[in-house]
Amino acid sequence: MSVGDYIRGSQIWKSVFRHPAPVDRRNRVVVMLTNFFLHLHPVSIKQQGIALSYTWCMGGITFFLFLVETITGVLLMFYYRPTLEFAFNDILALRDITTLGIMREVHRWSAHSMVITVWLHMYRVFLTGSYKPPREFNWVIGVLLLVLTLLLSFTGYLLPWDQLAIWAITVGSNMARATPFLGYEGPGAQLLNIGGYDLITNGSDARFLLLGSRFVGEATLNRFYILHCVAIPLVVSLLIAVHFWRVRKDGGISQPL
Amino acid sequence: MIHLTHNPDLTSSVIYGLGWVYLLMFLMNAVWVKRSYAIDGNCQLSLGGILGKGQQIPYATFWAVYAGILLMVAITHLTGWKNPQQFSLLMPEILKEPINRASNPVAFFVGSTVIYVLMIVLRRWWTTPTAGWILLNLSLLFLALSVTDYDFRQIVGKPDNVPIVAMLYIVGFFTWLYFKKSVDNDDRRAAGRPLFEQENSEKVLTWPDLVYTELVCMVLVTAVLIAWGIVLQAPLEEPASAAKTPNPSKAPWYFLGLQEMLVYFDPWMAGVVLPSVILVGLMAVPYIDFNKMGNGYYTFNERKFAVSTFLFGFLPLWVAMIVLGTFLRGPNWNFFSPYEFWDVHKLELLNNINLSELFWIKGLGQPLPAVPAGASFAQQAPIILMREWLGLAAVVFYLVALPNIMAATVFKPYFVRMGFLRYMVLANLMLMMMSLPIKMVLRWAVNLKYIVAIPEWFFNI
Repeated sequence: MSVGDYIRGSQIWKSVFRHPAPVDRRNRVVVMLTNFFLHLHPVSIKQQGIALSYTWCMGGITFFLFLVETITGVLLMFYYRPTLEFAFNDILALRDITTLGIMREVHRWSAHSMVITVWLHMYRVFLTGSYKPPREFNWVIGVLLLVLTLLLSFTGYLLPWDQLAIWAITVGSNMARATPFLGYEGPGAQLLNIGGYDLITNGSDARFLLLGSRFVGEATLNRFYILHCVAIPLVVSLLIAVHFWRVRKDGGISQPL
Repeated sequence: MIHLTHNPDLTSSVIYGLGWVYLLMFLMNAVWVKRSYAIDGNCQLSLGGILGKGQQIPYATFWAVYAGILLMVAITHLTGWKNPQQFSLLMPEILKEPINRASNPVAFFVGSTVIYVLMIVLRRWWTTPTAGWILLNLSLLFLALSVTDYDFRQIVGKPDNVPIVAMLYIVGFFTWLYFKKSVDNDDRRAAGRPLFEQENSEKVLTWPDLVYTELVCMVLVTAVLIAWGIVLQAPLEEPASAAKTPNPSKAPWYFLGLQEMLVYFDPWMAGVVLPSVILVGLMAVPYIDFNKMGNGYYTFNERKFAVSTFLFGFLPLWVAMIVLGTFLRGPNWNFFSPYEFWDVHKLELLNNINLSELFWIKGLGQPLPAVPAGASFAQQAPIILMREWLGLAAVVFYLVALPNIMAATVFKPYFVRMGFLRYMVLANLMLMMMSLPIKMVLRWAVNLKYIVAIPEWFFNI
C-alpha cells in the first residue's frame, strides 16, 4: 500500500472528505453535494452555460477579487493604524520597509479591477437578457452590490491619507452638501427650519453624516475605516450570499426556467 | 509650436519598454500571419501593371510585411534605447498637431456618439476577426506612438489611470464579442437554424468541467495581480494637507463621469439626483423591459431598443465621460488635448448665460426682475417664479408633457403594451438620460448655463 493510499484510507481523511476522490461519475456527483464550498454549484450544468465566450466569467472573477480584497485587507489591517498620526507613515512603511508591502499593491489593483469586472458582469447580464424573469430581483440585488463595490472602493481611497486620498474624498463628498433638503447647499434645505433656526447646517447635513465632521479630518478617517473594513463588507457578504443563492434557485445564470 | 515643457519626450526606459511592446505586437502578428495563411486565401495583385496581368498572392503576405516592420521597429528600440536624444521613432508632429487642434469636448462627445452609431450600423462589418484585428493593431500603434509624447505619458502613465486604459481594451473586446455573437445568432434566426446557445444543450458534470475553469481563472487572476503589483507601485503622494488644494482635484476615476457632468449641471443634479436616477433606472430595467425575447442568448435584432439604449448609456455617457474626465480635463477642469501640457494658467472664456437672461435681457430688452435684498420667502417667491417662468415651463413640459406626447406618437406601441405606470417610468428615465446630451448641445450652441437659475434656493437646472 502506498503512502497516498494509506492517507486516503485513514479515518482522518475520510472524516474530512467523506468519499473517494472525484475520479468517477458517482464521486464527481457526490463531491458537489458534500463539499461546502462546491455546493454553491449545481451537480451538472448545461455545456453552453459554462462556455467562456458566453459567460465572460466576470461575476466569478468579481467574487474572487472580493476574496483577494478580504485576505489582503486583513493582512494590511495588521500594519495600518487609522489615525492622523500613523496612517500615512504606515502606508509609507508598507511601501518602503515592510516585507509583504506588496499586499497594498495587490489590494489596490484588485480594487480597481473589481470595479471594472462588476461593470463587465452587468454588461454581460444585460446583453444576454439574463435579468428577465425569473431573475428580475437578482438584478436589483446586483445593482445594490455595484453601489456597495463603489462605496468600498471610495471609502478605501481615503485610508492612505495622502494628498490624492483626502482631495478625492473631498471632491466626492462635496456632492453630498448639495443633496436636496438634506445638504446645507441643496435646494429645499432652507425650508427645513423651526422658528427661524435652520435644521440643516454644515454641522448637521448629509455631508456631515458622511464625514463625521465639517471637513475631511480624523473623524472621517475613522468613519471610513470602519465602513471600509467592517460595515460594508458585512453587508456585501450577505448580499453576495443572497445573490448566489438566487442564481441557484432560478436555475442558473440565464435562460427562462 | 511653443514647447511649454523642457522635459524630454523620450527617455531610455520609455524606448526600452516600447521595444518590448513592439516585440509583443510582432509575436501577436506572427501568429496572425499563420492564421491568415491558413484561412484567408489569395488576392489578385498587379501593382498598377508592374506585375503584368497580376499575380495570385496570399493575403497573409501583407500581414507578414507588417509583422516584419514591427520586428524591425522592435529591434531598433531594443538596440537604440541608450541614445534617446537621437532616437527618431516618435509620434510625428504632423499627426499631433491636427489631433491637438481638433480635440475639444464637442468633438469628443460627438465623436464618441458617431462611433456608437457606426458600431451598431456596421456591426456586420467590424465584427469579422480581420476587422477586429486591424482595429486592435491601430489602437495599439496609436497608444505606443503617443507614449513617446511627454505630456501624454504624464497622464496615461499615472498608476491609477493604468486600469482605465486596460478597461478600454476590455470593454472594447467584449463589445466586439457581443456584436459578433449577436450577428451570428441573428443570422441563424433568419435562416431558421438553432441559436448558438441552443446547439449545445447537453449537460455536463460541474466537476471537472466548471471547477477546473474556475481554478485556472483564479490562478491567472492571481498571477496578473502579483505581476501588476510588482511592475507598478501603488500611488502615494505627499502627506495629506488641508491647506494645499491640488489643481485639478479629482474624485476617484470611476466617479469622473459624474464629475464631468458638473460642467453642465449643478452638484445637486450631477452629484445627487442624476446618480440616483442612474441607480434607480438600472434597478427598474427588469420591470420596464417587457420584451420576452433575448433571454439567455446574444441577439441584437430581437432587442434593438433595449440594447441600443443601454449601450448609449454605458459607452458614450459613462465610459467615454470617464475617459474625458480622467485624461482630458486638467487644472481648473479645463479641457486639454492629448498632447498638451497641463498649464495651470490656461484661460478659457466663460460667457455662459442663463435662459432667464436670454429671455428678459436679450429678448425683451429689460433688466431681470430683481429680488429685493432681505426679502422673506413669501416676498421672494413670486418675483423669482416670474423671472424664471420660461425655464420652469420648459422643465415641466420636458418631464410632464413630453412623456404624454411621446406616448401618443413615437412610443405609442410601448405605451399600449406597458401600461401607464411602467411607461411613465421608462419615459422619465429616458428623458433624464437625454438631459445630459441636451444640456451639452445647448451649452455649445448658445452658451446656455442654466435653464432654471434660482441661486437663492440653490435650485439651478
